[in-house]
Amino acid sequence: MIEFKQVSKTFKIGPREVHAVKDVTLTVEQGDIFGIIGFSGAGKSTLLRLVNLLERPTSGRIEIGGTDVTSLSAKELRRQRQNIGMIFQNFNLFNSRTVAGNIAYPLKLAGTPKTEISRRVTELLQFVGLADKAANYPDQLSGGQKQRVGIARALASNPDILICDEATSALDPDTTSDILRLLKKVNREFGITILLITHEMEVIQSICTKVAVMEDGEVIETGGVFDVFTDPQHGTTERFIRSVQQDLPSPGILKEWRDAGGGKLYRLLFKGPIANEPVLSRVTAKHGVTFNIVYGSVRELQERLFGNLIVSFAGDPVATAAAIDEIATLTDIEEVIEIER
Amino acid sequence: MNVDWTTFWPRIVEATGETLIMVIATLIFGSILGVVMGLLLFVTRQNNILENKIVFNLLNLIINIVRPVPFIIFLVAISQLTRLVVGTTIGTAAAIFPMTIIASFTIARVVENNLVSIDPGVIEAAQAMGASPLRIIFTVLIPEALGPLVLGLTFVSVTLIDFSAVAGTVGGGGLGHVAMTYGYQRFDGSVMIVTVLILIVLVQVAQWIGNTLSRKIMRR
Repeated sequence: MIEFKQVSKTFKIGPREVHAVKDVTLTVEQGDIFGIIGFSGAGKSTLLRLVNLLERPTSGRIEIGGTDVTSLSAKELRRQRQNIGMIFQNFNLFNSRTVAGNIAYPLKLAGTPKTEISRRVTELLQFVGLADKAANYPDQLSGGQKQRVGIARALASNPDILICDEATSALDPDTTSDILRLLKKVNREFGITILLITHEMEVIQSICTKVAVMEDGEVIETGGVFDVFTDPQHGTTERFIRSVQQDLPSPGILKEWRDAGGGKLYRLLFKGPIANEPVLSRVTAKHGVTFNIVYGSVRELQERLFGNLIVSFAGDPVATAAAIDEIATLTDIEEVIEIER
Repeated sequence: MNVDWTTFWPRIVEATGETLIMVIATLIFGSILGVVMGLLLFVTRQNNILENKIVFNLLNLIINIVRPVPFIIFLVAISQLTRLVVGTTIGTAAAIFPMTIIASFTIARVVENNLVSIDPGVIEAAQAMGASPLRIIFTVLIPEALGPLVLGLTFVSVTLIDFSAVAGTVGGGGLGHVAMTYGYQRFDGSVMIVTVLILIVLVQVAQWIGNTLSRKIMRR
């Protein structure tokens, strides 16, 4: 378990002070895949580096498994770091060492016996699917393969925590999903807690269980991925969500709809089991109203269904109002009012 | 009066040997001192693993004071110190001392430049794995910079062949001395040509060794 308690980090650049992280309080539970998302400069990279004290906090406490890491001696800190694997956007492999040499490095640091090192390296290469690349050098590998080596190296010392600094940002979409699958496997098979930072909502959506949104050094929203995706509280969060799922037709189509004299549009959200029920057709039939789905989607998030439909109703105004009221008792419904985005 | 080549060859061989000794000895001592200083310069930089403003600024200042001085001036300027340390200012050993000092400062800069070109992310990765600063120096910095470092040392050793000839003109031994006394002062063009040819061959060989070694290390 990683706990940030009122953590702040201020950099002094000449006479200027940059508040990279401001009063962040956050808890990452054991076994979580916790994603921190934010635009560049939001402070997420600094926040991540506070976990293994590559950056020291200006104020506040960081506790890992109940131990305040800021109070550790240099030697204790080095030991603690062996318990926290880290992977990087640019992989940061040692070019002077082979793939096997890279993976062996943290084991040598830990003073592991030679025979145990070679056994463990073989095992890790197998796990990341690079058994045939042991003798290759990093510059002979593709980006995806390099990140696999990075992951194997980070796992070598059997850490409880893996922190990922934009681990897929330098990779193409196919390779990204390969690496994400591998991270999920790391989490499931070894129970390793993963804390990652990214600017891609895709990453959060596909593997994270929990998410925190950062802006200007602050955590502005945090929660389970399903809850945050289905009910974002903050404008920035909505922008990130819209980057992976469009919840409204484009303004052009909406305008066309209005110009053609189309009636009021309503957004219906179905979260979880309710998405399986014929709510819309049952209620409208009962009130003698018809409906038209203008736009929408039903998707899977965190193994739960999430429906987002844009609907118009036709029929007697009183009956329509009654139908809408009844739907409101069953699931979320709101009128679509365009705002300038 | 021209030299009698039938009896002069042994003198040339001896002088070549002296030049080689000067260059190799300087390279060894200079590399040890230079690598230590270069590493110190790098690790004590701002935001580096052993950041230390005092050590960095002091080293930086000393290097910047010594390096711009022309070698022939430096040689004469520190002759009293040379006498104190070596016991004489004449001969091969007396040339090695000032050459080592100059070489170590030059090598310090070469080492520093090569270390700066290492991706800081790689150092960060080693820190994140729990490596101590000393460990990072020996298992990350040196191996990662070794290829270009060998090329840099090759460059320095070519300069040292040049310096050894300069030292030879003011009392050091070697090919420079021979070229000066026989070729220049006695106007014997044949000695001049032979010594220059030997110096060219030495430079070629040094460059070839350096290129081969660095290619091996960098696997290219």
